[in-house]
Amino acid sequence: MTTTVQDQDRQEQLTNAAIERSAAYYRLKADVEDFYYNEADLLDERRFRDWLELLSDDISYFMPIRRNVKFGQQAARENTKRGEGISWFDEDKWTLTKRVEQILTGVHYAEEPLSRITHIVSNVQIKGARPEIGAPHELDVTSRFLVYQNRVEYETYIFVGRRNDTLRLTGNGFKIARREILLEQNILLAKNLTTFF
Amino acid sequence: MPLRNDFDQLVDVKGGFISREIFVDADIYRQELDKVFTRAWLLVGHESLVPNPGDFYTSRMGEESVILCRDKKSEIHVFLNSCRHRGMKVCRYEQGNTSLFTCPYHSWTYTTDGKLQGVPLHRTLYDGVLDREANSLVSVAKLCNYKGSIWATWDKDAPDFITYLGDARIHLDQALDCRDGREGGSEVIGVHKWVFPANWKFAAENFLGDTYHNPSHRSVDLIGIGPSAAAGKKGRRDDELEKAQHVWISFPEGHGVHSAIQPEANEYIESFLDNPILEQYFRHCFEERKRRLGEGARLLPFVGTIFPNTSYHGRQPRGLCAWHPHSPTSTEGWRFFLVDKDAPKEAKEYLRRYYMRYSGPAGMTEQDDMENWLYATAASTGTVARRYPFNYQQSMGAYVTDHPLGGDVSTQVTEQIARGFYRRWTTYMQGGDWHELLGSPASDRQAAE
Ligand code: FES
Ligand SMILES: [Fe+2]
Repeated sequence: MTTTVQDQDRQEQLTNAAIERSAAYYRLKADVEDFYYNEADLLDERRFRDWLELLSDDISYFMPIRRNVKFGQQAARENTKRGEGISWFDEDKWTLTKRVEQILTGVHYAEEPLSRITHIVSNVQIKGARPEIGAPHELDVTSRFLVYQNRVEYETYIFVGRRNDTLRLTGNGFKIARREILLEQNILLAKNLTTFF
Repeated sequence: MPLRNDFDQLVDVKGGFISREIFVDADIYRQELDKVFTRAWLLVGHESLVPNPGDFYTSRMGEESVILCRDKKSEIHVFLNSCRHRGMKVCRYEQGNTSLFTCPYHSWTYTTDGKLQGVPLHRTLYDGVLDREANSLVSVAKLCNYKGSIWATWDKDAPDFITYLGDARIHLDQALDCRDGREGGSEVIGVHKWVFPANWKFAAENFLGDTYHNPSHRSVDLIGIGPSAAAGKKGRRDDELEKAQHVWISFPEGHGVHSAIQPEANEYIESFLDNPILEQYFRHCFEERKRRLGEGARLLPFVGTIFPNTSYHGRQPRGLCAWHPHSPTSTEGWRFFLVDKDAPKEAKEYLRRYYMRYSGPAGMTEQDDMENWLYATAASTGTVARRYPFNYQQSMGAYVTDHPLGGDVSTQVTEQIARGFYRRWTTYMQGGDWHELLGSPASDRQAAE
């Protein structure tokens, strides 16, 4: 079997569990988990404006389209790329704010009446800490999500996938500076993506 | 049970009523796949998806998977994606480059021009029997590369694509030509693919020129998401057509468009105010286009549907859609997003972001379309609901037939286009010949030429 150079790079990135499992690591991980649970509450309780407060002003919020590619080409071609062409989302704070404003008009029919949504976040791991785990300014965090959406009567969607985040520590707690959402679907099996991930 | 064939009762164009059955009935749907989707010209893709010899892109025609492929000699083909031996999909990648398609099942191989090449143990098992030529991948009957967009039909008797387009051609051109008026020159920068629970005709009809559904987009218009939104303009696009005469046209082949004609002076209307470089670029394109096309530059596109299931958005945003049927109540939407290949980087960067926030299942505008198509379909499946046809009486008779743009031209919002679409749909469902399928005015003209 041949693996491409890119594949190896990626594997290294993803299995970079180099951070020592110290007390500091677990304390920080607990804080990050708490932050995610709180974030999920804000979304599921439809406190969308409060959710926007969790995003840094320079956030990059990205959900690629996943493609069926030949073995060995995953790293190079499986996902559409941030900053290039068309993805499901490749957004900044302005657009995310617009999406919130749209829901709040009360006439965004795809979310009116509002969907019932539950975000479940798990498998949280800190993959990188800058400058160091003891006193970090930025963290790279990976997690899994399961988002359940039920809308009007019978419409039900389950979105499952991975999130790769960069969190920034500020005087105001964590802010999400970068989020990559890897939805485990090729052709989108939902009529809409009206929720945030 | 005999197949139903009461199509002219289901589609009452004169009275302006169309039965809900044609949107929900399984038998009618099965017949559509055969009578419409194996005869009409369908959009398969775009040449920019297969730029080099050996490049392929898997696409769909009707319910079926096809391979769009550029062979070693750079010729473009479209094949049914199914092995001639036992039907296995010979290609399950979306896109790539190859010299052979190798069937995963028993390893027959096909070249990029569709020919059967390798048959394991050929000598021992098939010698003197198997005719390789006759077991090539099934090819479409006709194919056309029209200004970069690739179209195909399974019907060898179908007219050529240009004839099929008829007078809808110059409207489609507005989506395919460069912003500065040069012909063609577009490229696809990405494709959306998603499944939604609605009949495919809801989507096709939406883009035919159903301008009447504008109020359903009130939420985006209130908040403003267009290319001048950050500069404070509301709405979902720049109002380039504010002084234009809108026209809604039904063509005899079943196509329909909503376009607009700028006033004689045809002055530039400010757009893309969010970014001064883009504002300048699009102003330049406008002036160039006017210089190149003269009077012709007054025609601007809005939306349209080429019968049966290809739609376009001409300017803001810009792209081609294919509405692939999945079942009576389920459709797979594909949107090919277009830009001028040689547009400045900055323009491409802005446009892709605008397209993403506007279009498709993650797009703020079109999410509301999907909501409507879903619940309109769902609420039409009931036994009682099916007894009551949809009303298509809007702007009855409010059109002229002698307009230079051809077709039935209306200057007010009209369901004449939808009536024309379903009139032609009926001809297909009745198994009409190509003379009838092109509609009499077009065929009369041809006969006269
Ligand atoms: S099905 Fe393709 S080789 Fe048998
Ligand atoms: Fe719409």
